[in-house]
Amino acid sequence: MEKRLFIKGNEALAWGAIKASCRYYFGYPITPQNDIPEYLSKQLAKVEGCFIQAESEVASINMLLGASAAGARAMTSSSSPGISLMQEGISYLAGSELPAVIVNITRSGPGLGGISASQGDYFQATRGGGHGDYRTLVLAPHSVQEMHDLTLLAFDLADKYRNPVVILGDAVLGQMQETMIDRAYRPLELPPKDWTLTGAAGRKPRLIKSLYLKEGEMERHNWKLFEKYQRMKKEEARYETSQEEDAQLVVVAFGTAARVSKTAIRLARNEGLKVGLFRPITLFPFPEQGLLHLSQRVKRFLSIEMNTGQMVEDVKLSVARDADVHFYGHPPGSPPVPEELLEAIKKVYIGADP
Amino acid sequence: MKQVFKRPQSLKDIPFHFCPGCHHGTIHRLVAEAIDHFDLRERTIGVAGVGCSVFVYEYFDIDVAEAPHGRAPAVATGLKRVLRDRIIFTYQGDGDLASIGMSEIVHTANRGENITVIFVNNTVYGMTGGQMAPTTLLGQQTTTSPYGRDFLQDGYPIRMAEMLATLEGTSFSARVALNTPANLMKAKKAVRRAFEMQAHDLGFSFVEFLSACPTNWGLNPVQANERVEKELIPYFPLGIFKERKGTDYL
Amino acid sequence: MGKIIVNRERCKACALCTLACPKKVILFSQEANSHGFCPAELSSETECTGCALCAEVCPDVAIEVWR
Repeated sequence: MEKRLFIKGNEALAWGAIKASCRYYFGYPITPQNDIPEYLSKQLAKVEGCFIQAESEVASINMLLGASAAGARAMTSSSSPGISLMQEGISYLAGSELPAVIVNITRSGPGLGGISASQGDYFQATRGGGHGDYRTLVLAPHSVQEMHDLTLLAFDLADKYRNPVVILGDAVLGQMQETMIDRAYRPLELPPKDWTLTGAAGRKPRLIKSLYLKEGEMERHNWKLFEKYQRMKKEEARYETSQEEDAQLVVVAFGTAARVSKTAIRLARNEGLKVGLFRPITLFPFPEQGLLHLSQRVKRFLSIEMNTGQMVEDVKLSVARDADVHFYGHPPGSPPVPEELLEAIKKVYIGADP
Repeated sequence: MKQVFKRPQSLKDIPFHFCPGCHHGTIHRLVAEAIDHFDLRERTIGVAGVGCSVFVYEYFDIDVAEAPHGRAPAVATGLKRVLRDRIIFTYQGDGDLASIGMSEIVHTANRGENITVIFVNNTVYGMTGGQMAPTTLLGQQTTTSPYGRDFLQDGYPIRMAEMLATLEGTSFSARVALNTPANLMKAKKAVRRAFEMQAHDLGFSFVEFLSACPTNWGLNPVQANERVEKELIPYFPLGIFKERKGTDYL
Repeated sequence: MGKIIVNRERCKACALCTLACPKKVILFSQEANSHGFCPAELSSETECTGCALCAEVCPDVAIEVWR
């Protein structure tokens, strides 16, 4: 008999971390994600874990680097400006091939911005974010259930690929309360951690670094990372579709934008419009194959985002050869409402093939 | 005759790339000697800073993690929280520790993390070609203070050992030098004491080494060594500024 | 009675050992090593006491000492 919890998104995520055997958390307060460190400051003590409120986000990501190098499952969380501070550390994690889970409960920007939800960090999350030629896996929940389930997946993928994984939530998902089903955690089969720093007793010393100065080393290392990202693209793209089989227009949206879009699509269908939804769950790797396949029949896509145009570029890269791509943006300040998205759908639906 | 001096086991038998007369090599050796003295090699993990210090992984025969510039104390914190019975030390220069890493070192000391920090203070940025450091002396010419450090423009040099000694979390804070054999012997004792404290879970230990950087001081090794005595020690006094005897602070 | 052996290829002729030696029995070789440095060497085995101060101050761990 599965347990149902009525729980806040941020806490569902934090509970997911503990369920996934994460016992180390380092973070710094920032609205709207403080529930995560607050929850973990209490709960980690109960499982003999370690919680540190670090002096800054910079310190947090570096403590994460140390804990990961020691072989532990560890996590940090922040919101947009704090994630900016962490970019150097994330680049080091990727370059050093260390597993790590980094949660961004996106708020509005740029700069100090505001505390309401946005999707303005899509580029930051999917284009590496820091310096150098690397990628992080990016998971985009759209419900409290996914805030929890995708956290379990995040830890597994981080260990599978020895790479940082970003969970890209937002203020709405973080603060809302919904029912979720508290399923048992079934981990992926993962490779042994034979690279961790534990003290060179009875073995040769190990090294965790990202510095490559010798002739040819840097190039080889970059291709090695590239192969890893290619493998991610092949094996890890995830998405959800609904009502796309007969759709004349497909909305592409993630996270909170996808939630509101679902209602808008229902309203559109009530008016006889044949609209479907394609919801990326992984933003890196972007589910381009799934979209491309859809574009062989659907010739009109509408990217709906809570920003001024970021994911739409990936939609275009995936389908622009075979379909028209439109964009509706609702920049941060307040979440979009279904009626507004319905208007946006209608605007591009008129003129769609009968 | 029997051999009375040889390379410590924790120090690999490879040539140092450091400049002639640079004290990094000596400091590496003193740290390795302390590790060997307490037989800690197999459970020690080093954290390299960025600067001439970045190559610790080439020279120490131990596990090493490379940290971003200034962040070694935070990386060391993560390591130590996971591996509580291992010996964790950082090796950082004056830019790494006292400039970009100032927040990390202060808070790591403040939390009383049970690690050892080796701080190499040569009043200049070495690796990057001789720019001003937070420890550059007033009047000292560097590539970014070509008219000499001016208090009105750049403030005074920072005395890290004294500053960290004021924190409750610090258990051991000392400043040493290597310019004379007598000072070197005191330095050896201080490094040993720092690692001993960590091995006994006595808290955060910090050793600041006044070092020569002949290349960026524009001096030959002997002159650079003299500068430590004539210019550095008067501003950065040697001594033990804090030494906790037991866990009396708990 | 003591003896030092300087690793010729490691010595960078920084001269710190000559400052430390209480007997002043360290001087520089006439022959350069492969890096172009003229390494330090012991001038007199009879004077050397094996105090090891030269080895202690050597930044390149280039000196071994016997007593």
